[in-house]
Amino acid sequence: MIDIIIDITLLAFLAITAVAIVRLTNLLAIVMLFGIFSFLSATLFVVMDAVDVAFTEAAVGAGISTVLMLATIALTKDHEEKKYSSHRPWLPLAVVIATGAALVYGTLDIPAFGDPESPAQKHVATYYIEKAMPETGVPNIVTAVLASYRGYDTLGEVVVILTAGIAVLLLIGDNCPKSIARNHMQEGLKGKEIAHNLILRIASKTLIPLIILFALYVQFHGDYGPGGGFQAGVIMSSAIILYALVYGLDGAERVIPSTILRLLASLGVIIYAGVGVVTLLLGGNYLDYSVLADTQIAGQHLGILLVELGVGMTVFSIMLIIFFAFAGRGRP
Amino acid sequence: MDFVLGHYNYWIAIFLMMVGFYTVISRGNLVKKIVGLNVFQVSVFLLYISIGTVTGGAAPIITQGIKLYSNPLPHVLILTAIVVGVATTALGLALVVRIKEAYGTIEEDEIHEQDHSL
Repeated sequence: MIDIIIDITLLAFLAITAVAIVRLTNLLAIVMLFGIFSFLSATLFVVMDAVDVAFTEAAVGAGISTVLMLATIALTKDHEEKKYSSHRPWLPLAVVIATGAALVYGTLDIPAFGDPESPAQKHVATYYIEKAMPETGVPNIVTAVLASYRGYDTLGEVVVILTAGIAVLLLIGDNCPKSIARNHMQEGLKGKEIAHNLILRIASKTLIPLIILFALYVQFHGDYGPGGGFQAGVIMSSAIILYALVYGLDGAERVIPSTILRLLASLGVIIYAGVGVVTLLLGGNYLDYSVLADTQIAGQHLGILLVELGVGMTVFSIMLIIFFAFAGRGRP
Repeated sequence: MDFVLGHYNYWIAIFLMMVGFYTVISRGNLVKKIVGLNVFQVSVFLLYISIGTVTGGAAPIITQGIKLYSNPLPHVLILTAIVVGVATTALGLALVVRIKEAYGTIEEDEIHEQDHSL
């Protein structure tokens, strides 16, 4: 019962936040509200038993996305022009209401929320829940499905992330026209207030090792508890981003040079795809880890560990590459 | 009442989806459009996870003595979708930065005006 009350309240909060996002014109407020929106949805995922998803959403949505959006408005401008914000609202409103009504009509046939008999629960899900542990020896079914059963899919996702990182580099990578070299964020990063704030420096020095330790735990404990390469990569990069925010961009780039980041990003994908090639050479199917060791369980364990490592490396370095690209834009 | 409670999650997800959709099609500011797109995206995540939830089920990590688990498949799909989502959002924001540098504005109407006056 308490679950339902929490569920209803959080969903109502989400709806209110979303409406506030549409109505506001101050972009800074919009971005901060979006961070809250993401965090609320992460909490909701915990209530709905999706712990791995909640983890990712909290790190990515409330963390990295918000930082990137803040960087963008620092590079562009921080308010929406009023004269453009409310023109001709009727046509879009009509389209939205019609689409929404059609979708609500569609939900009338969906089985009720939480129904254990609904068709979605009867298909492959029962197979994964019954067989994941005996077949892969990994208690976290999400990790087993992600890295083993649906390994192809995840390889594709990692390549998409790498591609997006490359595209960001091409768009706003190194060379920047001098004429617009007026970057508020850069000023903020180098500003005396932040760099010389004693509390911030000491707190971040204590926090950064803990964040990195936690990221490693999430990376290598992902088989047994919530976590895995995606979450670990994002958390690890947030440690470096915190360092960059407090100690300046140049300092962070000395810690991890961008050439190494680019190597790491491709190396992660190569490890992932390489594990597949090794399983092929050992006589199995592509990404069938059972042939990697003497027993099926040991092989699956090794395969999942390596693949998650590849995912973690790529996600970590792409997140940092993207952050450095945004923060370094407009550096004089 | 049971029917409303059983579909409340889906309806809020659709409401959020439409709010995001409305932001994308009615607002001219490019950063706001991307925020709207992200709201839309989160609503899709909510819809998937809602469909995978089982009342009384546990998080899908095998534990002794627990028989009923939530559906792990939507979790896998959405987990990867979130990370891909931030990568594509970053791409969109990078495009916004370049548009600002080329046009000096991130308002759609002003960009159209400049295009027409050429």
